Amino acid sequence: MDEEYDVIVLGTGLTECILSGLLSVEGKKVLHMDRNDYYGGESASLNLTQLYRKFRPGQEPPTELGRDRDYAIDLVPKFIIASGELTKILVHTNVTRYLEFKQIAGSFVYRDGRISKVPSTEMEAVKSPLMGLFEKRRAKKFFEFLQGWRDEDPATHQGLDLDRDSMKTVYEKFGLEPGTQDFIGHAMALYLDDDYISKSARPAYERIVLYTSSMARYGKSPYIYPLYGLGELPQSFARLSAIYGGTYMLDKPSDEIVTDSDGKFVGVRSGSETVKAKQVIGDPSYFGAGKEAEGGKIRVVEDGKVVRAICILKHPIPGTDDSDSVQIIIPQNQVNRRNDIYIAMVSSMHKVCASDIYVAIVSTIVETDRPEQEIAPGLQLLGPIYDKFVSVSPLYTPVSTGQTDNIFITRSYDATSHFETVVEDVQDVWKRIVGKDLVLKKRDEEGEP
Amino acid sequence: MSKQFQFKLVLLGESAVGKSSLVLRFVKDQFDDYRESTIGAAFLTQTVTLEDQTMVKFEIWDTAGQERYKSLAPMYYRNANCAVVVYDITQSASLEKARTWIRELQRQADPSIVIALCGNKADLSARRQVTQEEAKKYAEEEGLMWGETSAKSGEGVSDIFTAIAKKLPLTAAPSQRAGGTRGAAPGAARAGVDLNKQPSTQGSNEACNC
Ligand SMILES: Cc1cc2nc3c(=O)[nH]c(=O)nc-3n(C[C@H](O)[C@H](O)[C@H](O)COP(=O)(O)OP(=O)(O)OC[C@H]3O[C@@H](n4cnc5c(N)ncnc54)[C@H](O)[C@@H]3O)c2cc1C
Ligand SMILES: Nc1nc2c(ncn2[C@@H]2O[C@H](COP(=O)(O)OP(=O)(O)O)[C@@H](O)[C@H]2O)c(=O)[nH]1
Ligand SMILES: [Mg+2]
Repeated sequence: MDEEYDVIVLGTGLTECILSGLLSVEGKKVLHMDRNDYYGGESASLNLTQLYRKFRPGQEPPTELGRDRDYAIDLVPKFIIASGELTKILVHTNVTRYLEFKQIAGSFVYRDGRISKVPSTEMEAVKSPLMGLFEKRRAKKFFEFLQGWRDEDPATHQGLDLDRDSMKTVYEKFGLEPGTQDFIGHAMALYLDDDYISKSARPAYERIVLYTSSMARYGKSPYIYPLYGLGELPQSFARLSAIYGGTYMLDKPSDEIVTDSDGKFVGVRSGSETVKAKQVIGDPSYFGAGKEAEGGKIRVVEDGKVVRAICILKHPIPGTDDSDSVQIIIPQNQVNRRNDIYIAMVSSMHKVCASDIYVAIVSTIVETDRPEQEIAPGLQLLGPIYDKFVSVSPLYTPVSTGQTDNIFITRSYDATSHFETVVEDVQDVWKRIVGKDLVLKKRDEEGEP
Repeated sequence: MSKQFQFKLVLLGESAVGKSSLVLRFVKDQFDDYRESTIGAAFLTQTVTLEDQTMVKFEIWDTAGQERYKSLAPMYYRNANCAVVVYDITQSASLEKARTWIRELQRQADPSIVIALCGNKADLSARRQVTQEEAKKYAEEEGLMWGETSAKSGEGVSDIFTAIAKKLPLTAAPSQRAGGTRGAAPGAARAGVDLNKQPSTQGSNEACNC
């Protein structure tokens, strides 16, 4: 370990693994370490033994759940948006060759005590109980406006300016009811709260277009999911890094971030050895998150909390046509909250559990000091719950960009239901480290004869 | 038309026993004394044609060095149809390590997996520490295939891969086989959605789904 590296990466969560993969392809000499003996960090997928070890130390998993190795339970519930930024990175780096994906079967939204499918075809839209007949016509005009919008063609603007006008103005122009606004803003634009309404309409426009184009891509829902769980994603980027010379060490504690007298990064100490590098990247848990600053520097701060309940079910979620996988969004207005409640469910079709088992994760941003009660409206939709693992995770963000001390810290996995913010973090960290925007180059079909 | 089958083959064994060199010899018939690591070549394919013209395509996964600090990802060996567990005949400790891998395979992998134990660096027999008798006896006890190879001279290399191809259960429907493994080569049938497929152009201009 006396070699010197360009970059040391701490933690094998998805953000860190994408970065080490991309940096290795770029020719950087990378050392990637994780304190755990498995890949994935906070974004790992665990087997039953690992799940019980984490949430119920000392307790054996019940034998009726079946074989340990049939399980890959995600710690963070997220789906991949079919036309989103993560898909682009997967395709450009060619790590898709290590992975296999399945669609998420349906996306549902909660309204007035019941759940309805977010329409994915014109037929479904016509039948959907989410809007009345006249409202459907108004909504159709609204969507035609968004789809037809061309920045350079004022004839498509209908007197609106997406940059200057607020989303409120746009909704009003088409006379959309509050219920429809809820549906569009939360089930399609995937906003967690209503702050977007008073802001420029452009981002909401972009998110709705992303949703509809993702929906059009494979048909059933805008989401795809990797077989064997989300933990496959960091593993595949770690493999990319290793192929390009990255060195991997699991089960390797990082005991100290060593800095010089100016506070600049020097190396990482693990036990009695210190490895040197020019830069360090890592998730907040490697930089004092959740610990008292023991004379050291405060490098990360807490910025809210997420509550997540991993629920093991022995049946599909009622009211979802026995779908093998779903997302259900409970818009905040519907349950008098400020933030939406999300349910993400996958099953043995995705090779994440034994057959006839369904794994649902209910989550939201914590607003009170009784987080478990806040997700009750979501838990109630699940029917009988066989077992439940609840956790409250603080969300950490770095206090500095790292440009002065060469210490680059990533963000915790947030409450959104997809990976778009993870990719934003990757792009942000990349820019801070390399000094340039991340430009994806298509990787060659290496190794193919 | 002759039948074609596709299988995922993984290499296991201690660092520096010659796993990558064996793959390079098998796939490209090359050897390089000073090759440092496996950059850019950890996913190769090679087809073996059997006497009855059956074609067996190996999708070969090399470790990319992740075995060195016990960091092989479960993704690496998931759904492997066959494993070549390599030791270095000049290092008896490397046979011990091979035994550990074989125990792990017997405990975890699909019972139908074909395992070959491979004693590499046979050209260095002057420095031999592992006798043929010892290795062969162990392989017989465990029901494994066994052979000695030299990635350097090429001796025994194609023999071991051909023997594996013959031993793989070629009874399943070909398409099923090809689709069943991960990261199937471009063009192979896949069970799930294909991200590399371009979205249909109509998608973006179509009136909304609502
Ligand atoms: C070459 C090879 C091929 C394989 N092929 C396949 C395959 O095709 N399909 C497949 O599903 N799996 C396969 N496996 C198994 C695979 O490696 C993993 O075991 C499995 O995917 C789960 O991975 P894991 O690392 O999370 O769990 P494991 O490696 O099983 O274990 C993780 C941790 O849990 C502990 N643990 C495991 N089981 C128990 C137990 N019963 N009681 C207490 N502690 C336990 C282990 O000691 C370890 O610390 C293969 C393994 C090898 C070595
Ligand atoms: N003499 C001899 N050297 C070999 C042979 N196979 C590999 N080597 C050398 O052993 C070293 C390690 O080989 P490598 O393929 O990188 O091993 P890996 O770590 O198991 O992939 C390299 O220096 C190779 O040149 C062989 O059959 N004979
Ligand atoms: Mg190698």
